[in-house]
Amino acid sequence: MVALAIVRTHNLVAVVMLSGIYSLVSAALFVILDAVDVAFTEAAVGAGISTILMLGTLALVGTEEHVVVKHRVVPVLVVLVTGAVLVYGTVDMPPFGAPHNPVHEHVAPRYLAETPERIGIPNVVTAVLASYRGYDTMGEVTVVFTAGVGVLLLLGRRRRRRDDPK
Amino acid sequence: MKHHAIIRIAAKFLIPPILLFALYVQFHGDFGPGGGFQAGVLFAVGFILYALMSGLSDAQHALPMSAVRICLASGVLIYAGVGVVCMVLGGRFLEYDVLAKDGHSGQHLGILLVELGVGITVFGVMVAVFYAFAGRSREADR
Amino acid sequence: MNFLGLFNYWLFIVLMMIGFYVVISSTNLVRKIIGLNIFQTSVFILYISMGKIDHGTAPILMDGDVVYSNPLPHVLILTAIVVGVATTSLGLALVVRIKEAYGTVDETEIHIQDPEF
Repeated sequence: MVALAIVRTHNLVAVVMLSGIYSLVSAALFVILDAVDVAFTEAAVGAGISTILMLGTLALVGTEEHVVVKHRVVPVLVVLVTGAVLVYGTVDMPPFGAPHNPVHEHVAPRYLAETPERIGIPNVVTAVLASYRGYDTMGEVTVVFTAGVGVLLLLGRRRRRRDDPK
Repeated sequence: MKHHAIIRIAAKFLIPPILLFALYVQFHGDFGPGGGFQAGVLFAVGFILYALMSGLSDAQHALPMSAVRICLASGVLIYAGVGVVCMVLGGRFLEYDVLAKDGHSGQHLGILLVELGVGITVFGVMVAVFYAFAGRSREADR
Repeated sequence: MNFLGLFNYWLFIVLMMIGFYVVISSTNLVRKIIGLNIFQTSVFILYISMGKIDHGTAPILMDGDVVYSNPLPHVLILTAIVVGVATTSLGLALVVRIKEAYGTVDETEIHIQDPEF
């Protein structure tokens, strides 16, 4: 498991590379699970953009982690307890891949059945994304926009101030 | 990266197909996998590759920060604008049926425009964030 | 009770707990953000695996009688990934500013410099 390697490695550049590999692996998993659109996004975003951004950050903050030997019993305990509770919670969950799970009984069949007549485009994901759930997507775009503005406010300002006296 | 000839030439060959593929993904999103989010990211990746290869100043010469900021805002504006146009034409907010004579081509047009808005914003945000980080590290080198 | 049918949830729990462990046990802020990313991807996997239907195919309409997987989780996660990278970059920007203010990205060292924080 790539995720386990991330926990153990101390050099942060290696950690970033591993997280890129982790993204690619999960993209392959998404293809197996029939989510081609999502896999596409994950591969482009996870393996492309975030790796570059992480490396850019590391260039600014330094790559070597200051290794502190800490008592790691408490986090392990917390994680194990939380994991056990979650596993206990899954016992009542519907089985994987069954066609009559509650998720598939709500609005999804309507989207699949209506899309050819109402929207007339074959990719249902795009139809739901842009038309049925247009409000949601607009909200998401606004969040992306706000995050971009936030980064510019945090990182873009000082340069201008330094240029001013010249 | 100015002195790595192999990387530079390989990147030169790769950038046009990446940008073309991004446009294909953008406008073919109705029929195959793809859409504004992926296309914006891919276009930004192509551009960031150019910036990594030929230096930040060249990239900012090709696409200045002010243009990126305009991209950032105009995408959201296109998205919301499509909704407002729908309202003006007598539909509800983001109800694309009224954009053309029949419902199908109206929906098609609406989705295309909205995806375009999404793509522009995502591209703008990705490039802006990259500029911000890369600009910082160049400053740190000085 | 078919326990094999629940393995996708367990995979998700294992990944989520690895991410959780990274977040709460490491003191380096960049590593914390990577842990949050793992956590996030585990939730994506949960959603996508819920949308899968046996013998289904990708939800791109074709002629004939075909079973499609549920497109709704795909839509939600598609946007969540892009929003996720945008918020991650915001977090990284904050880390950069913290580095400039304190000269370190290690939590304990920040505590030593600024006990009230």
